[in-house]
Order: sequence, then structure tokens, then C-alpha cells
Amino acid sequence: MISPVNAIATLEAMGISHVVWIPDSLFGQWEGHLQNSSLRLIRVCREGEAWPLAAGLWAGGAQPLVIMQTTGLFESGDALRNVGFDLKCPLYAWIGVRNWLNPNSPDSARRFAVPQVDAWQLDHVWVENDGDFGRVKEHYADCRTAARLGIALIAEGAG
Amino acid sequence: MSRRIDELDESSQARLPCEDVLRILAEYRRDDEIVVTNQMSARVWPAFSEHELDFNYLSSTMGGAIPLALGLALAKPELQVIVLSGDGSLLMNLGCLATVVASNIENLTVVLLDNGLYEVTGGQQTAGSLAKVDFAAIARGCGIENSIAVQNAEHWRELISKRRTKCAIQFYAIKVDRISPATPRNSTTKVDEKIKALRERLTQKSVAHRQQSC
Repeated sequence: MISPVNAIATLEAMGISHVVWIPDSLFGQWEGHLQNSSLRLIRVCREGEAWPLAAGLWAGGAQPLVIMQTTGLFESGDALRNVGFDLKCPLYAWIGVRNWLNPNSPDSARRFAVPQVDAWQLDHVWVENDGDFGRVKEHYADCRTAARLGIALIAEGAG
Repeated sequence: MSRRIDELDESSQARLPCEDVLRILAEYRRDDEIVVTNQMSARVWPAFSEHELDFNYLSSTMGGAIPLALGLALAKPELQVIVLSGDGSLLMNLGCLATVVASNIENLTVVLLDNGLYEVTGGQQTAGSLAKVDFAAIARGCGIENSIAVQNAEHWRELISKRRTKCAIQFYAIKVDRISPATPRNSTTKVDEKIKALRERLTQKSVAHRQQSC
């Protein structure tokens, strides 16, 4: 179980300044908490916008976080390629993995999630419940130190 | 004064030499303004400007320049950000204009260089040119009130020289010709070093910026 309160508190503890997002069914429940937090919420129209927007924030000295579902990761592949591997911006993202908690789900978004993450060689950690947020903070710090792109995969139910 | 492109008579629709548009912009660009170029403009902008706050975004992701410039504008509200986009790139990402407005900023200027072509790949027509897309109207429909179809070089000079910065989002749609083969092209390498250098300039020293009341 992931609590919105603990998720937002984790982002604040990480020092995130802006959240660039397109919500899914899980992340959508966080909207009110995000709006009442110290984080600035930036709403994009498609996921391909999110990566270069976050790159611009990073270039300006901010600490952005990108939030999207794996379906958005599929959609935004070229933007991720460019920002992560051409510009080499050390961005961090939380990616919701739809139906990961439903092992028998026929959802193709579930089926291709891990192969996609592996294909992009994305350094990642998994989050299944609030107890994993400590690991996310450590991973984020490691990625910042190494100046590399990183993601946390958020295990979701049906979405 | 603004007019829709399709309201202009045939003689006033003449495309401007893209080099003239860039030359005029470089002439009136202020020292505290970040300029983000993209695709063909990234290749030729260095022939008109060499400035520490230039970011020639190449190689890029098509449609990524306006979002990247928006990120800069959000992170550095005390600076004006000017972004040059081609029409093909904007067509790939029209929603970004809504994102710009929704982000509640006042320090972004979008200059659309509309040649109706995918110039980098050899000059194939865009769907937008066949559909006669009115980009200024689209921008206005997204909520950018200061959205203007530029009529000629004098109009462009007047607009860019008299613009107020950090007061409102601005969108200028300019019909342009293809870049001349004689115009020097920039090297396309080391974009990672370029963005890192820009970040260092923006974070390690304060960029002197002018105060302006709207």
C-alpha cells in the first residue's frame, strides 16, 4: 500500500522542486496532496513534453521529478532517449507500472514494462509499499551523485 | 497590430528570408535573455549570435524545444526565455502551448519559423502547410493573448524591438523561406556539454537582469 501522504513527504525530503506529470489512476489520488505541498505541479499534455521540460528545469537549477505511467514511458521514448542519453540530464522519474500487482493480467502494458525499462538501460528501484520509500531516497541520492538518469517503478494494481 | 495570416492579401503573405528574421532577433536580443534554438535554427543561429545564454538544442527530440524553454522559464523567472521553433516541430507537439499557459509564467517568448517544410530532411511539405494552419490563432486559442502573425520585416523589427519582457507569454508566427545554402551551419555535436555549460552559467553566478514593471 502506498500512501499519498508518505509519497509526497518522500518527494519533499528528496528536495524535489517541481513535479512534471500526467497522472494515472494511482497518481491521480495524489493531486490534492501535491497541490498542498511545497512542490510545484506542472501539468503536461503528453509525456513526450515531460522529459525536455524537466531538462529545462534542471538546466535552470531546479530539481524536477517526472511522474507518468509505463504507457507514457512507451509514448515518450524519443524524448527520453534525447534527454537522457544525448543531453545526459540526470533526471529522476516515478513510473507507475499498471497491473504489476495482478500477475495474471493480460495487460500488454504490464508485459512490456520491464523489457522497456531494460531496453532503455534505466537504473531503477521498485516501490510496492511505503516501506520502500527509504530505498528510493537512497537511489535518488546515488543517481544525483553519479549524475545519471534514474527511475522508481511504482507497482500498481489495475489502472 | 495583429492579423491572421489568412486575412492578409497575397502580396503581404510573402515569406521573409529566415536569415533576416534571425538577424533582427539577434540585433534586439538583450543580454539577460536565454535563447533556445532547435532543428534548423540551431544549425544557423551561431552565424548571427554567440552568447553565453544561447542553447542550440541539437541533437534534439522534435517538439522538445518549447517544453525545454518552458522548464528554463519556470526555473529562472527573473530571466526572459526566447525559443525558436519550426512549424514541423510545433505540429508534433501542439499541446505544449496549453502546457505553457497552464504553467502560469510570464517570461517566455515563442518565435515560430513557419516554412511549411521539414527543412532538415530535405524540404518535404508538412501536413500543416497543406492544411493552411493558422498557428497564431492556435496559440491564441490556447490562451496566449499576445499572439501575432508577423507581416513583414519591418513589422518584426517593430515587435521585437518594442516588446516588454517578463510581463506575458508572447507568440510570434513568422512565414519564412528556407535557409540559404550559403548560410554557415553549426556543428551538431556535444549537446550534453552545451546544456551543462548553460546550467553552470545559470546556477553558479547570477545573471544580471533588468527589472521591468509591466
